[in-house]
Amino acid sequence: MNKEYWRWPEYRRTMSGKDWRKAEVITAGVDVGSVSSKAVITTDGELYAYSIKRTGSSSPDSAQRVMNWALEGTGLKLDNIRYTVGTGYGRVNVPFANRAITEIACHARGANYMWGPTVRTVLDMGGQDCKAIHCDERGKVTAFLMNDKCAAGTGRGMEVFADLLSVPIEEVGPMSFKIEKEPEPVSSTCVVFAKSEAVGLLRKGWQKEMVLAAFCSAMASRISELLEKIKVEKDFVITGGIAKNIGVVNRLEKIIGMKALPMKEGLDPMIAGGIGAALFAKALYEREQKAA
Amino acid sequence: MITAGIDMGAKNVKVVILKDGEILAKGQTLSGFDQKAAAEKVFNEVLTEAGLSREKIDHVVATGAGKDVAPYANGEISMMGADALGGFFLFPSARTVIDVGAEEGRAVKCDDKGKMVDFVINERCAAGAGTFVEAMSRALEIELEEIGALSLKAERAVPMNAQCTIFAESEVVTLIHEKTSKADIARAIHDAIADRIASMTRRLGIQKDVVLVGGVAKNVGFVSSLKKTLGVNLLVPEEPEFVGALGAALLPQKGIGGSEK
Repeated sequence: MNKEYWRWPEYRRTMSGKDWRKAEVITAGVDVGSVSSKAVITTDGELYAYSIKRTGSSSPDSAQRVMNWALEGTGLKLDNIRYTVGTGYGRVNVPFANRAITEIACHARGANYMWGPTVRTVLDMGGQDCKAIHCDERGKVTAFLMNDKCAAGTGRGMEVFADLLSVPIEEVGPMSFKIEKEPEPVSSTCVVFAKSEAVGLLRKGWQKEMVLAAFCSAMASRISELLEKIKVEKDFVITGGIAKNIGVVNRLEKIIGMKALPMKEGLDPMIAGGIGAALFAKALYEREQKAA
Repeated sequence: MITAGIDMGAKNVKVVILKDGEILAKGQTLSGFDQKAAAEKVFNEVLTEAGLSREKIDHVVATGAGKDVAPYANGEISMMGADALGGFFLFPSARTVIDVGAEEGRAVKCDDKGKMVDFVINERCAAGAGTFVEAMSRALEIELEEIGALSLKAERAVPMNAQCTIFAESEVVTLIHEKTSKADIARAIHDAIADRIASMTRRLGIQKDVVLVGGVAKNVGFVSSLKKTLGVNLLVPEEPEFVGALGAALLPQKGIGGSEK
């Protein structure tokens, strides 16, 4: 079988120094995206554990698997979780969720937790779509724009290129800077056309690094159009898998003339939606308790 | 007067040699890596077929995405101008010519002399071009030549949610896993591209008669889906992929819509 270059690492993490047994309210957020699924567990509104896995062909199974993995080794059981919110593309297919909330609301809420109340613009670069979100100091969405029609500017497009050039997807970013001069971008409007352009460039004798640079820069330019439409306001942060790709992020920052806040140690930009969902879960649980 | 038209397409180079309004010979080959060399090769083959030497050709007119590198050409015409001339020549009742090629879809409005008067084009998205059907036939593991006939055997209309070719590939795989028949999937694929070509054409306005040309017009599944979607009859020539080259070859006689090179 061919090597799967697009395959990004799946992993789980329990935050150090936290004991769920001392927590009053344990809630969870499950973000079933089109490409990756994320489960996040919070204890009293603080991040406790998370896991990131590839989404399979069935959303309910993917939700169950990623949740089980987040629980693994913690001693926690699904029963200990008071309330779960599902989000993302498969949010209505999370069997154990109490409620579903859109990923746009969850990303803004999650970014507010991860980077603090100064965040005003969240760019979520996901597997099959890209969203630019404005939010207030509480992480409440005030406006958003999205592209979910086209693979250009999404993680799926990046996977296609990693496979095409036989470069492991995590190496794409760093490799794209091993060049002497920044090349012209390939087609930024269609991944299929970008792919045939790239094949032409390789035949012409271009190095893989140059082709990757031309693709990362096409992707950055495509995403910048979305940001220009909504207007970027400080502080600016990036969530989603592509946030980890410096080849796209650095070029994007250059185009828009603004830097994104760096990711904090131990956190992952892919879990913003899941954290937001888990925090909504806590608020919803407390409201239910009060009403009861 | 003997003229030649060379259509430097994204996927194939097509050549037509015309003598006083009669097609003497024609041929095509894959554009490949070196499109200019491919064009030279097929041009000379077509000359041999016609039993002519190159000096006997009065005008050589180039069209298509790669027209700037066309060999032997002393004139050129836009793809839209060539579509109008070629489509009108074959069907004088034509007022709208839809051309669906490998990497581009176009709709051209022409007057009662075959002159292009307006057009719309999609060159930015593979989902409105032949590349889409090619990618889908690969995902479905069906030969491109067979996918059209297969889709006519469909029993029901299955909607495709994805617009993008890349996303549609995964959707086709999902449909296969869900045990949807290949014929129904093939129909869904053609309905999807027909939808996009139809909405592009509607922006131009549909004036009868409507002629469908370009390589994708050979696909009977696509033709059937587009007829249904547009709700008008479509006139399809026997060899629709040559219409651009034919239109280019017609330019010197008609003298409309081109320029010297």
